[in-house]
Amino acid sequence: MPAIDVKPAAAPKPRRRTRRLGALGLLGIAILAGWLLVALIGPWLLSGDAIGAAQVFAPASSAHWLGTDYLGRDMLARIVLGARYTVGVALLSTVLACGTGILLAMFAAASGGWIDAVLSRALDTLTSVPSKMLALLMVAAFGASVPVLVTTAAVIYVPGAYRIARALAVNIYAMDYVAVACARGEGRLYLMVREILPNIVGPMLVDLGLRFVYVVLLLASMSFLGLGVQPPAADWGTLVRENIGVLADGGVAVIAPALAIASLTIAVNLAIDSLAGRRGRAR
Amino acid sequence: MGASVDVRDLRVVAQSDQDEQVLVEGVSFSMRPGEVLALIGESGSGKTTTALALMGYARPGCRIAGGSIRIGEVEVTALDAAAQRRLRGRTVAYIAQSAAASFNPSRTLMDQVVEPVRIHGLMPREEAERKAVALFRELALPEPERIGARYPHQVSGGQLQRLMAAMAMMADPDVIVLDEPTTALDVTTQIEVLGAFRRVVRERQVTAVYVSHDLAVVAQMADHVLVMRHGRPREYARIEQVLEAPAEAYTRELLAAAHPAPRPSALTPEATAERALLEVRELSAGYGKVDAKGRPEQLILHDIELKLWRGQTIGVIGESGSGKSTLARCIAGLIEPCEGYVLFDNRYLARTVAERTRENLRRIQMVFQIADTALNPAQEIGEILARPLRFYFGLRGAPLRQRVAELLDLVKLPAAVAGRRPGGLSGGQKQRINLARALAAQPDLILCDEVTSALDPVVAAAILDLIAELRRELNLACLFISHDLHTVRALCDEVVVMRHGRKLAQVAREDYARGPHHPYYELLARSVPELRRGWLDEVLAQPHHAA
Amino acid sequence: MSAFLLRLVARRVGLALLSLLLVSAMVFAITAVLPGDAATEQLGQDATPEAVAALREQLGLGQSVPVRYAHWLGRLVQGDFGRSMVSDATVSELLSSRLPNSLRLAAVTAAISIPLALVLGILAAVRRGSWFDRAVSMGTVAIVSVPEFLVATIAVLVFAVHLRWLPALSYASDISSLGQMLRAFAMPVLTLCCVTVAQMLRMTRAALIDQLEAPYIEMVRLKGATGARLVLAHALPNAIGPIANAVALSMSYLLGGVIVVETIFNYPGVSKLMVDGVAQRDIPLVQACTMIFCAGYLVLVMLADLCGILANPRLRHRR
Repeated sequence: MPAIDVKPAAAPKPRRRTRRLGALGLLGIAILAGWLLVALIGPWLLSGDAIGAAQVFAPASSAHWLGTDYLGRDMLARIVLGARYTVGVALLSTVLACGTGILLAMFAAASGGWIDAVLSRALDTLTSVPSKMLALLMVAAFGASVPVLVTTAAVIYVPGAYRIARALAVNIYAMDYVAVACARGEGRLYLMVREILPNIVGPMLVDLGLRFVYVVLLLASMSFLGLGVQPPAADWGTLVRENIGVLADGGVAVIAPALAIASLTIAVNLAIDSLAGRRGRAR
Repeated sequence: MGASVDVRDLRVVAQSDQDEQVLVEGVSFSMRPGEVLALIGESGSGKTTTALALMGYARPGCRIAGGSIRIGEVEVTALDAAAQRRLRGRTVAYIAQSAAASFNPSRTLMDQVVEPVRIHGLMPREEAERKAVALFRELALPEPERIGARYPHQVSGGQLQRLMAAMAMMADPDVIVLDEPTTALDVTTQIEVLGAFRRVVRERQVTAVYVSHDLAVVAQMADHVLVMRHGRPREYARIEQVLEAPAEAYTRELLAAAHPAPRPSALTPEATAERALLEVRELSAGYGKVDAKGRPEQLILHDIELKLWRGQTIGVIGESGSGKSTLARCIAGLIEPCEGYVLFDNRYLARTVAERTRENLRRIQMVFQIADTALNPAQEIGEILARPLRFYFGLRGAPLRQRVAELLDLVKLPAAVAGRRPGGLSGGQKQRINLARALAAQPDLILCDEVTSALDPVVAAAILDLIAELRRELNLACLFISHDLHTVRALCDEVVVMRHGRKLAQVAREDYARGPHHPYYELLARSVPELRRGWLDEVLAQPHHAA
Repeated sequence: MSAFLLRLVARRVGLALLSLLLVSAMVFAITAVLPGDAATEQLGQDATPEAVAALREQLGLGQSVPVRYAHWLGRLVQGDFGRSMVSDATVSELLSSRLPNSLRLAAVTAAISIPLALVLGILAAVRRGSWFDRAVSMGTVAIVSVPEFLVATIAVLVFAVHLRWLPALSYASDISSLGQMLRAFAMPVLTLCCVTVAQMLRMTRAALIDQLEAPYIEMVRLKGATGARLVLAHALPNAIGPIANAVALSMSYLLGGVIVVETIFNYPGVSKLMVDGVAQRDIPLVQACTMIFCAGYLVLVMLADLCGILANPRLRHRR
């Protein structure tokens, strides 16, 4: 018998599309990358006196591209500096939440039995406290500071990440290739790291994006309520709160930071939509 | 009464943003009223797409791009949406492959069976229900008066398939499309359903299109056959001619696959003189809570006894739920038996993987049913094959790469496959990798669980050849689990018949033709469709199937 | 109702009660145990040891944690939430003046947003891929991915600043006529509707599309059914469970997530009360608000669960 030739199956596969992200997906990724860059090197982009006081609530001009705030500080500089808090804190919390969620989920799926049951029950209880309630509760108890905020956001979003990762891991655990590895005599660690993890990382990346959006929104809301990052540090939510006075006049000082938040979250949404769509089509 | 069907140059395409992909092209056939045409081919051959086109229907993302479809006097491709709806379910009715998925889970069976006539406003509800009950009776459904009040999850697969036939016949269609209607059923159930379908089709003189991959089934139902491959027609002829004098090479391959020739045995007299390689003694296993005596709530296996010699292949056959896969998993140590022992090479084997020595694990390898789920999609083929080599033999570097290449060669795949992921391979290629991974451990025994069931017949035949060749070359013992008696008899030295977790009979190769054997074995043997006209009539004429 | 179904329902109710108990333990742990000594906290670092000891006595801090929890829980069950640390009123008094306002806001919003979201969600799912669906999907993505205060800000800019139809701020306390009430409610309700409609619409659309892709829908199509029958008689009944869930989630958001909206419009509801409580670290008040919101959330989710169970014939009629 001749060797089987590995030609691409001539049988037509319906609806297989080219793998491209689409213009909107690229736009999303570009905006996201831009903000990450600003968060990373933003302070060095500003000249020394960029923040210096000037006229209060000045409109946009060539000196102050986005006008000035309620103390006469340059809005653009404030937003650039705020990016570090908004993007940084949210990213840290998200990675913490998803990492913990995935680890616990793989442990639960590989252990099964009562360990799985107790873990799932305990994390389910956490989800029955609405996210903002839990955040308010934590701030009431421990005060508002960056470590408390990071921990709070991570704790709030661990159960969601855990639930998705566990569902994925349990599905994969039932696959025959895991049974093959079991029958070969592989240990639990090998199963988790080599067989399960590579197959849940892809779908979890989409989840990470969604959770990042939730965390940004949560932290922005907390700041808006005055219960987030405390002055003199200021994230974009704080900037909206500080300048809410000019809302009735449609002042740029309140609109600019609000749009900054919107641009970040919508960019992430666009990016994961096209990534998830590509995954779905490629399957 | 049926209508004539005339299809000319049918072309169906799948459409995406930029490009078009041809699903079906150049298909033509014509049927006189009351004739039955079989569309036959492997998965992806376009047979279902062609059948659906008769209703003017193409799946989402696809469209009928050319050709003509005439049913009676009506040109289907020229109909507008409303006229198409009037055609569907009334002029042309459809019976789908998976009845379980094709019924709405949240509505009663009667609601759904009478729906076609209600949609087309053909008769009042009471009359429709009376007609449905009459059809249930005709299709030999149990409790015809009451079955309509049930929900889909409350009846069996065979019953659902017949209920779908009743639904299709409600509006007295001129043409009926049957899309692999018995593929998901066990063979003994399949006979009854086939018999019911044919009676209904014949008595009403309906024109029928029967889609299938199984030539033996088609031989019982069809007048004409259209063989398709890669979306194009290959051969179109009367069924007798296709069975007796096929014109195309591909049709001959299909015929050969449907009628598997016996593969040479690898069992030698010297081997049987020694003690058995594998001995299973009074093995029981199950699931659920364990009672005081250590017996689980649901016993899947009862007191199984089995002996297997070096070089021997034993086939284990049974319908779904017979416990045959559980047996293989117990031997592999994946399921802990509650009673009994497994002896391997004269030593007791530990019950679970965790307690077995690495050497014992190496010597028994399992090959799983569906290659798709048996290969990790995130790993390259090279890594999939290299892992057991590293794990059992500690191979590294160049010797490892060389051994991987040897393994690929052993299963007749080119070395370039090593760099690919499972997603880029066809079903048959994946099953070869699946075999190669088991062989990497240089086992003495391989447990093959339905390894050919998910494959197209021609591909499955090639895998059988490969297994037959390898077991002789490597002097392998093999436990071959399957639901298909033809396959098992072609490959195995002995057949073990299982039902409800018990071993009912064991028949040696030389005794296949001699009987009589256990009645259940006889029933199974009778139920496997044979590749000749009139087989179904003979079986149905026998007393057991009289009902 | 069968005995099996009754057991199933009883099990769900029991689970909800268990969750509530666990939540109460968590709330107690976060607020009363983890932050350390409440007496020192309250009196500050400079307080005399005598004063701290006296307050500890008064707060019952001398007892073990489980005993304190049991006492706290016992009072909670009787509806006694303790005294506010700030305003010298009992927490119950504070809540009873605010709760009706919040419930009224939630009720009006629910009455508008639920039907709107369901209808738009169903239309978007049915016309999947059309310009209508794309517009709706883009709109909902935009709304759920921006903070509520931005939605509120835009609403204020458009309706109060630009068009001058409505007042920017609302005070539910001085409502004397229907017209005034409408005007006072308009901005918060509008903002909340935007958010809840977007949430429910997305999930309704997804749940329905899930069903519309099932093989049984193709079967119904091949019986010659119209689009309306396909959706209303076949797909929708199977999507009731997930849709009920979506509605419950959005409604629970109305109970607790209105925080920002109540703050921005200065609406005297419970959420505003809680935010003030957090800012002033009024622990009893925060505990009470959290427990009320969690109880509301658990009841809503349980109701949605029960809807899903009752809509599922596999559970209603067992084999």
